[in-house]
Amino acid sequence: MSDSKSLNVNATGYTIGFALVVALICAALVSVTAVSLKPMQDANARLYMEKNVLFAAGLAEPGQSLSVAEVDAVFDRAIVARLIDLRTGALLDADPAEARRFDQRAARNDAATSSAAPANDAGVRRLPDRAQVFFIMQGDAVDQVVIPVEGLGMWGTIYGFLSLAPDAETVRGLTYYEHRETPGLGGEIANPDWLARWEGRKIHDADGAVAIAVRKGEAGPPQTDPLHVDGLSGATVTINAVTRFMQFWLDENGYGPFLRRFREGELS
Amino acid sequence: MTATTEGAAGPVGSGRPRKPWLSAEARAALVNPILLNNPIGIQVLGICSALAITTRVDKALVMSAGVIVVAVLASTAVSLIRERVPTSIRLIVQLAIIASLVIVFDQVLKATLYELSLELSVFVGLIITNCIVLGRAEGFAMSNPPGLAALDGLGNGLGYALVLVLVGAVRELLGTGKLLGFVILPLTRDGGWYAPNVLMLLAPSALFIIGLLIWALRTWKPELQEKE
Repeated sequence: MSDSKSLNVNATGYTIGFALVVALICAALVSVTAVSLKPMQDANARLYMEKNVLFAAGLAEPGQSLSVAEVDAVFDRAIVARLIDLRTGALLDADPAEARRFDQRAARNDAATSSAAPANDAGVRRLPDRAQVFFIMQGDAVDQVVIPVEGLGMWGTIYGFLSLAPDAETVRGLTYYEHRETPGLGGEIANPDWLARWEGRKIHDADGAVAIAVRKGEAGPPQTDPLHVDGLSGATVTINAVTRFMQFWLDENGYGPFLRRFREGELS
Repeated sequence: MTATTEGAAGPVGSGRPRKPWLSAEARAALVNPILLNNPIGIQVLGICSALAITTRVDKALVMSAGVIVVAVLASTAVSLIRERVPTSIRLIVQLAIIASLVIVFDQVLKATLYELSLELSVFVGLIITNCIVLGRAEGFAMSNPPGLAALDGLGNGLGYALVLVLVGAVRELLGTGKLLGFVILPLTRDGGWYAPNVLMLLAPSALFIIGLLIWALRTWKPELQEKE
């Protein structure tokens, strides 16, 4: 780079000053954008999360574009959000609109509304006292129940929704709406084709223990191999994590007490 | 990543007097990279993202928009400071500018097209390492005035976009029977006649399609072929 001016652009002081100015301008540009767009991004993330309740319940097709009003309409028509006491599984008296707005992540991060989770291998550190469930209604009867699931994957926390039939035993649908897994490998857990393979699987084995698991290789059809789901090649760490945290949330420390009450018809 | 500027056919030489708007030189900077010096087809840059996100036309369009915006703004910015930037830190300065622009684009995408941004995942962020952007900044913008540099960035962005959208269209059409989500070839599983080619949804198919494009380009313009 030739420079005809008297300024020596290669002097050490000038170089450091130049680097500082560039860094400051770039930092200002990035932070102003990030801060000013945050509210829109949060609203989008929230809407996408609610859409995933619909995807898990089969009320909308993944990839289908839905406006806020359309999501609201489905919630009004077919979904009752409720809060439960996670430890006992009892339904709490909360207004469905409030239960729908409930921020479970904020609740589990706040020491006042959560407690340390018992030792587990699912990467769950804290448990919220109150947790969200969504009843999917068909007329006056509960057709499915959707519960949030989360756990540590390979690169970060994976968040999703699991939909169960009224027997609290048969998987009706599953989605993962937020994850940091490697695109094309672990990231395939968010692929609707793979998620569809969970449908019809069962949660418990013959002894009543939570046993649903992703296996390496191919699983049989749900009728003959109800406890296993096809693995994803190249994604062993991710699918093992998925197995661990799905089992955690379905078991006693997670939504187990609630699901038992639900299965026994106590919550109707 | 930096050894990629040899293919640049643009006019070089700092201190060249500015020509009127869209002179022959400016037109060359804008138009040449679209076909004759296409960044993917001729310079073979930016292949990674071209393989990863061309399964659908909408993804290809958004990715192209990102590269065009970043290439134009980065080339302009780099050209504006080209006489003041210390030689020893010139590449890192260029990268800082490019990275900031890419982050801004990614943030805007998350605020407007959230679901598409999830599908593009890391590949928007990877525009930072897209050789086209840095290659044009270092190979062209550092030695040309801002207007010309912006046109060169735009031309290269459009050249990248052209290939991306072409590959995306072939893959979406043959892989899913759709274009931009609209059914063109009714699939057998939906009662139509077209059995989709699942290979088209996997990354290798993009390699084949780009290979065919390069072959077609070089057959059409034999002067692009290297001499033995």
